[in-house]
Amino acid sequence: MAQVNYFLTEEQQMIVDVAKNITAEKIIPVRASLDEREEFPWDIVYELARSDLFGIYIPQQYGGLGMGCFEMCLALEQLAYGCIGVTTTFAASALGGYPILLFGTEAQKEKYLPSIASGKRLGAFGLTEVTAGSDAAGIQTTAIEDGDFWVINGSKQWITSGGDAEIYTIIAMTDPHKGARGASAFIIEKGDPGFTFGKKEKKLGLRASSTRELFFTECRIPKDRLLGKRGQGFILAMRTLDLARPGIGAIGVGLSQAALDEAGKHAKNRIQFGQPVITFQAVQHMLADMAIQTEAARALVFVVARTIDTGVKDISKLSAIAKVFPTDTAMKVTTDAVQVMGGFGYMKDYPVEKMMRDAKILQIYEGTNQIQRNVIGQALNKEYMN
Amino acid sequence: MIEAKRLQIVVCIKQVPDAKSVRFDKETGTLVRESAAAVINPYDLHALEAGFGLREKLGGEITVISMGPPQAMDALREAVSMGADNAVLLSDRAFAGADTLATTRVLAAAINRLPGFDLVLCGKLTVDGDTAQVGPGLACRLNIPSITCVNHIDLEKEAMLLTRTYDDGQDVVKVKLPVLLTVNKSLNTPRLPSFKGKMRAKSLQIPVWGCAELGLEPAETGLAGSPTRVIKTEVVSFEAKKEMLTGTVQEQVNALLERLKAHGMA
Amino acid sequence: MTQKNTGIWVWCETHENAMTSVSRELLSEASRLALKRGTVTCALIFGSDIALLAKEAVSFGADRVYLVDHPALSSFNDDIFTAILTDLARQYRPEIILAGATDRGLAFIPRVATSLETGLTANCIGLDIREEDGVLLQTRPAWEGNLMATIVCAEQKPQMATVRPGVLKVSEPDHLRQGEVISVECNQEWLTTNIEIISSSRSINTGSSNLAEAEAVVCIGRGIGSGKNLEMAKEVAALLHAEIGATRPITDEGLLDKALQIGQTGVNITPRLYIGFGVSGAMPHVIGIKNAEVIVAVNKDPKAPIFEMSTYGLVADVNEVLPAMLKALKGEG
Repeated sequence: MAQVNYFLTEEQQMIVDVAKNITAEKIIPVRASLDEREEFPWDIVYELARSDLFGIYIPQQYGGLGMGCFEMCLALEQLAYGCIGVTTTFAASALGGYPILLFGTEAQKEKYLPSIASGKRLGAFGLTEVTAGSDAAGIQTTAIEDGDFWVINGSKQWITSGGDAEIYTIIAMTDPHKGARGASAFIIEKGDPGFTFGKKEKKLGLRASSTRELFFTECRIPKDRLLGKRGQGFILAMRTLDLARPGIGAIGVGLSQAALDEAGKHAKNRIQFGQPVITFQAVQHMLADMAIQTEAARALVFVVARTIDTGVKDISKLSAIAKVFPTDTAMKVTTDAVQVMGGFGYMKDYPVEKMMRDAKILQIYEGTNQIQRNVIGQALNKEYMN
Repeated sequence: MIEAKRLQIVVCIKQVPDAKSVRFDKETGTLVRESAAAVINPYDLHALEAGFGLREKLGGEITVISMGPPQAMDALREAVSMGADNAVLLSDRAFAGADTLATTRVLAAAINRLPGFDLVLCGKLTVDGDTAQVGPGLACRLNIPSITCVNHIDLEKEAMLLTRTYDDGQDVVKVKLPVLLTVNKSLNTPRLPSFKGKMRAKSLQIPVWGCAELGLEPAETGLAGSPTRVIKTEVVSFEAKKEMLTGTVQEQVNALLERLKAHGMA
Repeated sequence: MTQKNTGIWVWCETHENAMTSVSRELLSEASRLALKRGTVTCALIFGSDIALLAKEAVSFGADRVYLVDHPALSSFNDDIFTAILTDLARQYRPEIILAGATDRGLAFIPRVATSLETGLTANCIGLDIREEDGVLLQTRPAWEGNLMATIVCAEQKPQMATVRPGVLKVSEPDHLRQGEVISVECNQEWLTTNIEIISSSRSINTGSSNLAEAEAVVCIGRGIGSGKNLEMAKEVAALLHAEIGATRPITDEGLLDKALQIGQTGVNITPRLYIGFGVSGAMPHVIGIKNAEVIVAVNKDPKAPIFEMSTYGLVADVNEVLPAMLKALKGEG
């Protein structure tokens, strides 16, 4: 049967093949146990490191593959087909790398990007705090200049790969009275004095990914760790998230496809009233809706990612759209997959209950889907002013 | 540690039909080759990984060789995509139908034609031939020791410390290079192809050596050079598949054991 | 000097100065073949303090025993064993050399065959002599048992084969049988080797959890019933050289270790033989066993899904099957 043709180049197809192979050979066989034991997937991180995929978006001069947002989405979709916990570890490293790529000095890029590209060190991104999540202006972590150093105090909450990553981009207030314009970005390395981690959080889903609090207590870092200009922190965070959001959409697409495949295969094999349940129209319509939404989500993510790669400015609205629809879709499709599989779907012996638990985070992290709708709404408000 | 002297490692691999997809022709009593997707013999992936691990520790170069039809080039390209530095395909019409003795003749000639070698790695066995004979036989031709069923590799000054398994336990042995090892699956976890590896595999020129390049007479190779002959093959009858045994419990048990004996299993 | 190309040789593997069972199987088979071929059976025993084994070899059918007894031979060494067997074969020119397809046999017999530039057939399960020309017919499974191939090595001598342990029938030992024992002086050149054995560890029972690579697996399912049945099933497994595995309900109840769980949430296995006692065949379990070559199911429920995929099905009560199997396997039946 014909499939949608995205006219991938040979190299793009290789990205798909490499990621797909890792998913089949290394992720799917262990995902249930990673989930059950809340285990950080170091073995898979090493495999991803050797595969060159950590460097997809990083220029070749820093050891990366010199590709873009679209190729990241291709890889993320394939990995998410296996486990979005593992995929989130992969994506979070890019979230730590993007700001250095976008705003770093040449020296900062040379120092940090090669080890992120090779996967030798994982990256992480710290914006959220107890008082600041969707409202980035509520940041209370401070950075105070002290001679040749910055001294950081405060904490960051729910940081993906916190404690396992080694290179953190965090946002702290350098000029609190200026509000959002008083925020600046810093590179923090694991091992910096005064930089510690909270306990590993227990979560509904995404349990292969680690989430911890970051603590800064008189954390002294050299001056050259300031990333971008003083006061650029908020813009840096927004630009980073704008680039990363289609990737979250791609994770939603991979997860939806996996749930659809599981449900479809099961419906084909499960006999009730003497026939496979896939022959019942009630089931067919559910599967059809799942297929429609998944296909549409993929098309949306890919076309937005390709648009971003052309270098257009002001991508907030498109990027938000490419996050909201696929992740809302993933929540619906995974829930329906459990429904199609009935009691089987609810049991841990089958993978779809995990997919459903995992899916929820996609509507929450990297900006809730409600905030995304705000972004889209505000953009529309601007567009229709003229 | 063995001197970081840029270890020259040769890994022998074989392209085999993917066990998951093979079918058998009951009429001719043979395997339907076309039915099967071709893959690298699973044990050989562990031999490759052992080579990668040693190269990471000691530096060096990995040359992967395979005797087979022209399609075996795919297996070599896959080995390169996982990280092998060089590859050579040993292919000649004359090589067809080789038994293990003739195979080792070709592999040894190829290895002796390489600039030099310190270590030869093979899988413990190939899943199609299932003989485990090529590794030790090849070592004999190269006049180097062979250690089979290697489970663990440690490096010492001037020597390797190897754990090898037997049916009834294991030995730790010390052996100097050059040596040939055949490896167990439990030695390591094979890596997968990387992006840069795939790019490299696409463009790498892989030479093909036949009788002429290897300085062998066609009569020494392939079927002509093989002392053994398969005179008959038959498909093991799977008529019995889904056979429900009948009779009293004792009769059923006896019928079962009879059948297991016929399979060589009891 | 013996006649050229006569005699059937058996390399007798030893374990702690005792003959291994495959050696007895091979001697029994070799003497049957020798009778057919009109030649003698020779046992070759290499080791340290092994003189006593000569008598045992004779009792299982050896007409002649070559003993190489030297302290350096107390552990297996590929180089040394290859040198001895190769040299003796060159000197005495046997017609056939047989060895067990054990890890040691497979480690050095191919080296011997290559040195002698002769053919070698691995993992045979049947041997016979071709009537018309006396050539050794060697039958071995191929393709994970899907094919059975018959192989000959008609032009070169010796004809060499390794044989799977536990397949050939052992004869009753005849303790009154007479045979010639030849003590071979250990040639110092044979002892030249680059392999140094640092340590050895032996276990009769090859580890607790070799499930993933096991050749045979006996799986315990929910329908096993009493603990006594579990013990009997373990005994059946031991007799079949099988590893024990279990379905999830059994490991969940702690009857067997979690590491022994077979299936989607446990170990995937690819044995030649799988026997399920009281296993119903739930999908997550079945996924883990589908690559077994022969699947035997014992379950009293004829509708148990495992029968759909089993090679042989026994619709019977595990309580009755286990004692019957034990009896038959122990040869009491």
